[in-house]
Amino acid sequence: MIRSELVEALATDNPELRVEEVEQIVDIFFDEIAARLAEGGRVELRGFGTFTTRAREARTGRNPRTGDAVDVPAKRVPYFKPGKEMRERLNTD
Amino acid sequence: MHMMRSVGTLTRADLAETLNRKLGLSRAESLDLVEAILAKMCCALSEGENVKISSFGSFVLRDKRERVGRNPKTGIEVPITPRRVMTFRASQKLKDRIGAAV
Repeated sequence: MIRSELVEALATDNPELRVEEVEQIVDIFFDEIAARLAEGGRVELRGFGTFTTRAREARTGRNPRTGDAVDVPAKRVPYFKPGKEMRERLNTD
Repeated sequence: MHMMRSVGTLTRADLAETLNRKLGLSRAESLDLVEAILAKMCCALSEGENVKISSFGSFVLRDKRERVGRNPKTGIEVPITPRRVMTFRASQKLKDRIGAAV
């Protein structure tokens, strides 16, 4: 399923909303999650899973094409842990 | 390195509150829509379909084979049954947005 299919499915279930409104709703949903993570916070959607960020230390990487050493600065990376209900649902037929 | 300012946890209620505030939908309808988005993604995943949200990331299913594990307390070997797990691959856009916040 891709974003447009999600919008389509929600629009079908909610005929009182215009498709453009459903698009806005989906945009806001994911943008709010991203914004909270960018602020250093976490997002807990019980049953589905939890989004957090993890710290990565600075390291010396290599340009794979030239082999030159490059400094990779410390950064935070997004991390997602599926919820218990979600994990169970993936394994029931 | 300095501590990052502490920010609370975002929940369904907060997402619904934002829909209410930005789009003027009722609180009940906002909460229903948040739940519906999660249910649609959950449904696709439980049917074995990956979910790809452009400029956010992909939820990707992986099938794990059976392997031998060990009870860390007793050291006794136990089989770990084959299972399906879900991973999240953040889009480059999301990585840039979060990485830039250090």
